[in-house]
Amino acid sequence: MLSIKNLRASIEGKEILKGINLEVRAGEVHAIMGPNGTGKSTLASVIVGRDIFVIEEGEILFKGKNLIGMPVEERANEGIFLGFQYPVEIPGVSMTNFMRTAINEQRKYRGLDPMPAQEFLNSMEEKKRLLEIHAKLANRSVNEGFSGGEKKKNEIFQMAMLNPELAILDETDSGLDIDALKIVAHGVNTLRRPDNAFIVITHYQRLLEYIVPDFVHVLFDGRIVRSGGKELAFELEDKGYEWIKEAQV
Amino acid sequence: MEKETNNILHELTQSEYKYGFYTDIAMDMAPKGLSEDTIRFISAKKNEPEWLLEYRLKAFRHWLTMVEPTWAHVHYPAIDYQDIIYYAAPKRKKELKSLDEVDPELLDTFKKLGISLEEQKRLSGVAVDAVIDSVSVKTTFSETLEKQGIIFCSFSEAVQKVPELVRQYLGTVVPPDDNYFAALNSAVFSDGSFCYIPKGVRCPVELSTYFRINAANTGQFERTLIIGDEGSYVSYMEGCTAPMRDENQLHAAIVEIIALKDAEVKYSTVQNWYPGNKKGEGGVYNFVTKRGICKGTHSKISWTQVETGSAITWKYPSVILMGDHSVGEFYSVAVTNHFQQADTGTKMIHLGKNTRSTIISKGISAGRSNNSYRGLVKMTKRAANSRNFSQCDSLLLGDRCGAHTFPYIKAENRSSIVEHEATTSKISDEQLYYCNQRGISTESAIGLIVNGYAREVLKKLPMEFAVEAQKLLSLSLEGSVG
Repeated sequence: MLSIKNLRASIEGKEILKGINLEVRAGEVHAIMGPNGTGKSTLASVIVGRDIFVIEEGEILFKGKNLIGMPVEERANEGIFLGFQYPVEIPGVSMTNFMRTAINEQRKYRGLDPMPAQEFLNSMEEKKRLLEIHAKLANRSVNEGFSGGEKKKNEIFQMAMLNPELAILDETDSGLDIDALKIVAHGVNTLRRPDNAFIVITHYQRLLEYIVPDFVHVLFDGRIVRSGGKELAFELEDKGYEWIKEAQV
Repeated sequence: MEKETNNILHELTQSEYKYGFYTDIAMDMAPKGLSEDTIRFISAKKNEPEWLLEYRLKAFRHWLTMVEPTWAHVHYPAIDYQDIIYYAAPKRKKELKSLDEVDPELLDTFKKLGISLEEQKRLSGVAVDAVIDSVSVKTTFSETLEKQGIIFCSFSEAVQKVPELVRQYLGTVVPPDDNYFAALNSAVFSDGSFCYIPKGVRCPVELSTYFRINAANTGQFERTLIIGDEGSYVSYMEGCTAPMRDENQLHAAIVEIIALKDAEVKYSTVQNWYPGNKKGEGGVYNFVTKRGICKGTHSKISWTQVETGSAITWKYPSVILMGDHSVGEFYSVAVTNHFQQADTGTKMIHLGKNTRSTIISKGISAGRSNNSYRGLVKMTKRAANSRNFSQCDSLLLGDRCGAHTFPYIKAENRSSIVEHEATTSKISDEQLYYCNQRGISTESAIGLIVNGYAREVLKKLPMEFAVEAQKLLSLSLEGSVG
């Protein structure tokens, strides 16, 4: 589904990603771990197409399509979703209006008619029930005045609404208490299917107790330095990142 | 009277001679430039009573002593008032056979605004078939209104039909010497609308629909007079979301509203005059004086405006709260893009006791435009226990535009409360990126954010226009980012 080969990317002349290789197939959950400032969020941003990063080399293919040069919204409509680490507030725009616009743009991209209003509202309620989110979202402005936990739950809610083939969750667990963490993990586990895939970026092993990954990769200084099964996460938990750093020297 | 006629004839022959008029066609046009001759010509053409001619002349003589104001935060080359034709009989537009003959760019805009096919035809001057003939629609409306005793007609018609009503109220809210552009309008106004709602009558229709049918030939110097008699109600809509191109660069209109005891007048505007091209060339200068007076107790006047057009907008719809317990409201969204300049706001003059006013102003600037809010709230000594709430927000798109707020507050009594809140915000790259990541294009995202920002004002518009106005906002900002 996603194939990244020798990807090098920089920002303002500073190289952040120094040759990433990653293969994600349908049905898989990949965890990307690593110390702060090693390029985890950059990798997520580059996959979804944020234009402040310059691609120096390499390729990113999604379902066989070359993503490099494709606008952010087009990648999104192709089926890539990013759960943000710091979701931005958009005052004055209600969640209903926001989600409806997003869904209808996606449908338009896929040659479908806009979703009828009632069907849309039903779908919102259904997804909230499914994810066990009880907060009243509909009439609130996007993320405005949301607590940290509410913002992250809202990301998962949007993911459920948009039903992406590839979802990247960028440190969705940071700043969450255990209850919120469980809701987020429950959301991912509920939405997991043989035809979609997840990349879960996390600094801590904690989230992986609830979302069990098929693969764990350790990102260090812009490169994936270790890959393995879920046991790699436990190893990291035991030994800490110092172990990786030392191994690099 | 005969002497007067002779005078006019004399003036006419003089001007004909002077300017070499000799064909019948030319008779439908005043000579270029502004003089007492021009004004006599206009007044005679309209077969106006003597008092109205005197009204115009007095305004003109006063105008000569005035200087063009320069306090507004707008810049434009000097206007040559002698280089303007002040009267021309409405030209018949060439009728087109089908929409295929219409400029595709215009049709595209109509489509984006969601304007119906029939209306597209009307707006672009395509002949309409008999079934939806606008004349018959008009007649139906007129009958409904007439039954209730509502007078709604062109200003010129009102001068002929109900001269006493016109004479009683004309210039009572905006006197001819009020300001430079008001004096000019009072001297040379071409036509406009007149509306009278009798005692205790609630106007059953939005006068908007009717007006749109009538709007084909709006003049350069429009004059509107609306009178809500005791206990009456009317909602009046001016303007059109469809882009209006006009040969005339200078527009100086006057709108006067009088609300008597317990009357309520809602006045909504969507202004989308040609703003000039992307380089800032051309475009309409819109210098408008709009003012209402809440004359009786418990009366209410509310202004709602969506301003997206014109190269320059200079406009301050105001309310004089004279009656005790009267209410004044001003809801405004002003969008400027490219090189547009807008200096707009309101004045709430509290004269009566327990009067209330609300001001909600949302400025949106993009491109290299400048958008200013200028407002005055005045609590006079007599206006005990009065209240005002003002909220002035500015939204910036990009970093080459400007937003300015000039609030003036004058409180002359101790029992009144004046509140003023102001914010300035920007659409950030992070917000756009977030929307993009959800599959929303940058243009849709701007539309979404801007409409969210302006929601408080848009919901005050009559339903049918609110939807069009939303689309208009997005459209006005097209190409403003990236």
